[in-house]
Amino acid sequence: MFKYFPHTPEDVEAMKDKIGIASVDELFQDIPEDVLFHHAYDIPSAMDEDGLRRLFKSLADQTTSYTVFSGGGSYDHYRPSVIDPLIGRQEFETAYTPYQPEVSQGTLQYIFEYQSMVQMLTGLDVSNASMYDGPTAAAEACLMACAATKRDKVLVSKTLNPKMISVVKTYLKTNNRTFVMVEEKNGVTDREDLKEKLDDDVAAVLIGKPNVFGIIEDVKSIGKLLENHKALLIENADISTLSILSTPGEDGADIACGDCQSLGMPMAYGGPTLGYLASKKKYVRKMPGRICGMTKDKDNKRAYVLTLQAREQHIRREKANSNICSNQSLMVLYVTIYMSVMGREGLIEVNKRSYQGAHALAEGLIDTGNFELAYDQPFFKEFTLKTNLNHDLIREALLEKGIFGGISLAPLGESYERLVTFAVTERRTKDEIDEVIDILGGLS
Amino acid sequence: MNTDATLIFEKSRSGRKAVSFSDYPYDGHRPFEELDQSLLREEPALLPEVSELDVLRHYTNMSQKNFGVENGFYPLGSCTMKYNPKINDEVQNFPAFKNAHPDQPASSVQGILKIYHELANHLSEISGMAETSLNPCAGAHGELTGLMIMKAYHEKNGDYKRTKVIVPDSAHGTNPASTSVAGMDVAEIESTDEGRVKLSSLKEALGDDIAGMMLTNPNTLGIFEKDICKITDMVHEAGGLMYYDGANLNAMLGKVRPGDMGFDILHLNLHKTFSTPHGGGGPGSGPVGVCEHLKEFLPSPRVRKHDGDYYLEETNAGIGRVTFHLGNVLVWIRAYAYVLTLGHENIKDIGPLATLNANYVRELLRDDYQLPISSYCMHECVFDGLKDNPHGVRTLDVAKRLIEQDMHAPTIYFPLLFKEAIMVEPTETESKETLDRFASLMKAIAKEAKDNPDVLKNAPQKTPVKRIDEVFAARKLILSYRDYLDYKKDDEALDF
Repeated sequence: MFKYFPHTPEDVEAMKDKIGIASVDELFQDIPEDVLFHHAYDIPSAMDEDGLRRLFKSLADQTTSYTVFSGGGSYDHYRPSVIDPLIGRQEFETAYTPYQPEVSQGTLQYIFEYQSMVQMLTGLDVSNASMYDGPTAAAEACLMACAATKRDKVLVSKTLNPKMISVVKTYLKTNNRTFVMVEEKNGVTDREDLKEKLDDDVAAVLIGKPNVFGIIEDVKSIGKLLENHKALLIENADISTLSILSTPGEDGADIACGDCQSLGMPMAYGGPTLGYLASKKKYVRKMPGRICGMTKDKDNKRAYVLTLQAREQHIRREKANSNICSNQSLMVLYVTIYMSVMGREGLIEVNKRSYQGAHALAEGLIDTGNFELAYDQPFFKEFTLKTNLNHDLIREALLEKGIFGGISLAPLGESYERLVTFAVTERRTKDEIDEVIDILGGLS
Repeated sequence: MNTDATLIFEKSRSGRKAVSFSDYPYDGHRPFEELDQSLLREEPALLPEVSELDVLRHYTNMSQKNFGVENGFYPLGSCTMKYNPKINDEVQNFPAFKNAHPDQPASSVQGILKIYHELANHLSEISGMAETSLNPCAGAHGELTGLMIMKAYHEKNGDYKRTKVIVPDSAHGTNPASTSVAGMDVAEIESTDEGRVKLSSLKEALGDDIAGMMLTNPNTLGIFEKDICKITDMVHEAGGLMYYDGANLNAMLGKVRPGDMGFDILHLNLHKTFSTPHGGGGPGSGPVGVCEHLKEFLPSPRVRKHDGDYYLEETNAGIGRVTFHLGNVLVWIRAYAYVLTLGHENIKDIGPLATLNANYVRELLRDDYQLPISSYCMHECVFDGLKDNPHGVRTLDVAKRLIEQDMHAPTIYFPLLFKEAIMVEPTETESKETLDRFASLMKAIAKEAKDNPDVLKNAPQKTPVKRIDEVFAARKLILSYRDYLDYKKDDEALDF
């Protein structure tokens, strides 16, 4: 007997008797003989818990933790201690999708609270119950805009994170839509290029804020350009920064999307995080994913339930706008608790500190003479510098001191060869910031 | 019983805090207010102001209104609600895994990349495929990725007219939905009365416009497609690829591998077959496996090994990127722990034990519930409502009566082929006593349906809320706290 199988030999005999079979093999008589698997799987032998602990310890030892001065969509923010014990409660962790709402009010209520908080931060009307990650949220936002406008072309700003652009491109291509890149100029979306590419076939324009250079784009003015063409504005915003920066609602966006990793989630080598997606109410029926609503039970007591399910794949099948069902629910709980802990002032404080730390590092690096600001534009917690130093040299010098920072933007193209980015969160101390300045100031 | 449905916002008191910060050396330096006013938000977001203990009590109370696998039996058909081992949670919790930045150099994350590579190889072995990508974040995401691969393969061959995907009418809703998101058309084919693929319908659907076929096996009715080899041969001869929806793979472990049945592409659900927790609806993980000639189409990045070192290969040859990075890392770390814990000698017993359990339940309940399929089932059994039902009690009522008795309900109203479907998937981690108790509850409910049907129609009574008004939810569309405040202002009836 194995620990996850509770069957005693007597149980198996009794069950076989009840079914009326002499051997369990009889249950598999429909499988053609020539495809039956008669071998042993070529995988390792069973391991006990201590063996497993030793193995994972050695795997963890082969994974280095750095003091992080990098962003690119993944940020090292403070993680409150109350979150892990709460999301680790088995009632949350092991439950299925809330299809029986009377015994899933916990899951449903936190989804409702999450949707409420995303609504507050984005200034839009409706949030869904989450997408897989930021890039897939952006990709599905584009498909949603195509469905809402019955148009096929999406303009995507080059100033978005290249990984995000790549996912958006993958989705649009497979969905037989047209992907058009809008050029960058002086670190922001090129207005002239955008105007040129805008026409009445454009379903939406996708813009990032802050963008890949860390720059706070003036999304409001872009929104105004779209009005004549009735194209939708999709804003990919770092949701944490929306405690300070103008909301997608104020910017005139129709849809907002992005990754919620910056809400205190572990970087975890990229996942799990979750993607948020919010829109104006008039597009709610084109929105992908699950949506939770408040309702009442038969005693008129408050209750929560999944609603508008007629949009979804299990009802609409091939006519659904999206195929998503499982999303990132437990991570929704994570960020809901995070936002409750941080509260009205805490989230502002975290961003205020990140802003100040980033500016202190940028100024310090510029003062060394090895760097200058790549673009004369306002930035938030991430910024881009121009340097004549070799990028490998920068990276190695920092790694040697246990610091990971200074991502090269050279992969973006020839005109970006000399650019590196840094990110600073509220977790970075003055000593750490000074150390980076010292190390990089000493290079030549 | 815990019935508090108050929102965290309603517990907020101005000035209360759950976080405090030490002094910041840059305080006063470069305040963000220096930014152009038009870049700043006009009003603060009205997030709750609560204490740390408020937060803990609020969410702990909320958890108690949920039902998890450790509360009791969770026989949701097609969901494989097996036990989620604690050791898996423990090992994914190493700080080194959680603190790794996705752009760190590969040399500094060899541990994580090794887990990826090894698990992907083990999954390839178990499913009979050549290479597996762990990047997709969920089953439906895996389906979409797999269909992109199917499409890219035909496009590479210049075969642009292959735009149709055959999907049986009994398929999960995700299959046709994924097909359409992948930009292809669904060719739905009819099933036999027992829910198997009808070969004559398949034959009719095949042609030079077929990209492939999606199939779940055991199918959504919990029975094995015994003509599987004929089906895969027919589709291959017509130039199509076979896609295996791994939702029901649990029954096949130790018995047959999808690759050996002739499937070219598949996805697995690590949150079903490989015991990672469902999380109330994610994060899951939906790895995609392919046969040898489709490897080049896998999503970017791929994790490769050279001279003992693991590295990421960014490739433009395949379908491109489908996720930010490598998907739900902490989820597939758990699945790796699970595979290693069981080893080859125990994984092979999963299919037989899960199947034994399902057939045992089927046998225990066949006198009280309609059994529309005569053959043995695989890992799950389907009933079509109550057998002797003079008062017209519906499957919904049966489910609502069960959930107030410390068990979760089975999947209901799926598969769509049966009007009053009840689908029970007990999984291999449940004991005979649990199944006996489930059967005795279900039998008692069947008796109540005859003797005292109101008990069922009024159920549940002992849950945190009673039967829920879904029509009210869809009509009012209260989707946030702001909506609630708005509606409350206007609508006197809204006094909850």
